[in-house]
Amino acid sequence: MQTIITVVGQDKVGIVAAVSTKLAALHINILDISQTIMEGSFTMMLLGKLPEQTDFKQLQQELTEFGQSQDLTIRIQRQEIFDAMQSL
Amino acid sequence: MEQQKIIDTIKMISEEKLDIRTITMGISLLDCITGDTKTTAERIYDKITRRAEKLVDVADAIETEYGIPIVNKRISITPVAMLAGADQHPDFTVIAKRLDDAAKVLGVDFIGGYSATVQSGMTPAEENLMRSMPEALSITDRVCGSVNIGSTKAGMNMDAVRIMGEVIRDLSATGATNAMKLVVFCNAVEDNPFMAGAFWGVSEGDTAINTGVSGPGVVQRALAKVPDADFAQVCETIKQTAFKVSRMGQFVGKIAAERLSVPFNIVDLSLAPTPAPGDSVAEILETLGLGSVGAPGTTAALALLNDAVKKGGIMAAERVGGLSGAFIPVSEDGRMIEAAAAGQITVEKLEAMTAVCSVGLDMVAIPGDTPATSIGGMIADEAAIGMINAKTTAVRLIAVPGSQVGDMVEFGGIFGRAPVMAVNTASSAHFIGRGGHIPAPIHSFKN
Repeated sequence: MQTIITVVGQDKVGIVAAVSTKLAALHINILDISQTIMEGSFTMMLLGKLPEQTDFKQLQQELTEFGQSQDLTIRIQRQEIFDAMQSL
Repeated sequence: MEQQKIIDTIKMISEEKLDIRTITMGISLLDCITGDTKTTAERIYDKITRRAEKLVDVADAIETEYGIPIVNKRISITPVAMLAGADQHPDFTVIAKRLDDAAKVLGVDFIGGYSATVQSGMTPAEENLMRSMPEALSITDRVCGSVNIGSTKAGMNMDAVRIMGEVIRDLSATGATNAMKLVVFCNAVEDNPFMAGAFWGVSEGDTAINTGVSGPGVVQRALAKVPDADFAQVCETIKQTAFKVSRMGQFVGKIAAERLSVPFNIVDLSLAPTPAPGDSVAEILETLGLGSVGAPGTTAALALLNDAVKKGGIMAAERVGGLSGAFIPVSEDGRMIEAAAAGQITVEKLEAMTAVCSVGLDMVAIPGDTPATSIGGMIADEAAIGMINAKTTAVRLIAVPGSQVGDMVEFGGIFGRAPVMAVNTASSAHFIGRGGHIPAPIHSFKN
């Protein structure tokens, strides 16, 4: 299952390292990654591949809690919805 | 996937309140008819709880995985008046109670279809069901009813109009919130996923999934970015936004249908507001350049909005159905509530607006002492607009007990609140009392 993970928050040292370490611990393979400063906020988008048989709800909760501990908003959504809405 | 598109999608959901307003499972109950209402009620309960067993779980899982709020999970059923079979004295309230039980066990928000379609005439069972509505909709919490009293092909059943005026008055007297669960239609559609008017017509299949999208906030924000655009660009902006919103409805509906192993039926392309800030259809009209909804130009603004939403959405979905257009309820739209309270919008202007948008006088609070014949007159006026213009129109009025014009009535949650609006006090009694049938209109000489 491929997902888009977005990370938004105030820029500081080590966000990419912290998030990618967490994703590795959750066995999420990063296929693509981009990062920028958008409207003053650190904004990172990752395309991640989840292992088969992932409990999506639990994973989402874990990432949300991790995000809160780092003062970041982390969203994880399956990729297909973006394709459905944005491309013909 | 470009970064900006990902950000746009997330913003539409998190900031602009884009959501799937409803996933509605349509279930035919024709195979539950036994000829004895009590036995039929049990078979109905069994079929609904079996077919929709996983509806809420599937909707919740989709919401989690794709990050799209799914606000309501609903069920629409065969019009209950058709389920009497050979029962000469059907007690439809027994069915209403079992429908309510099923909704509560399943965790769905509403079941719609405590309904009758009587545009040409009423069977004894249909009249019985209509007269049972004040009781049935007040002893249940999640059952919604509707009655179709007219159509372009059949004309208008004025006996039914008179009865429904009385039903709305009597139902309102049991409590204002009960009256929210009843709609009177002209040209009702059989696949509408929106409440309170949803029912599953007899021409539909056994079970299928329908979705209703929403997103007034998304359209409003898109228009706010082009403040000096001419009307061609305005319409283009609405169409592009409606396309994206409808694609989401198509996508979610298709996945839900797959997971529930039932066919996917239709996407209803509607702009359905809520009282939350930034989720208002009236605000879209104001963003187009009106000082307040109700100002001269409001009907034109709504007409272009409604048309552009359809044009944008129609290519995005495999099958489009339901009501598909902009809803203009009073109590469920933050800016509409303010405009009504300030006297900027009246029942008469709302009536004019309903000639060009989906549905009609929706969630309008009127004084509790409004005569049933005046309510009947309002139903007839609204139905005439639908009948002549070959479109769906509807009335969802709440004659708030003990209220006077200007009082504010709270309905709670997404149903919002509404100021009690003035109704013309001249009598309609003789007109409504005539009874009989207004013939179907001519389908030519359209002037």
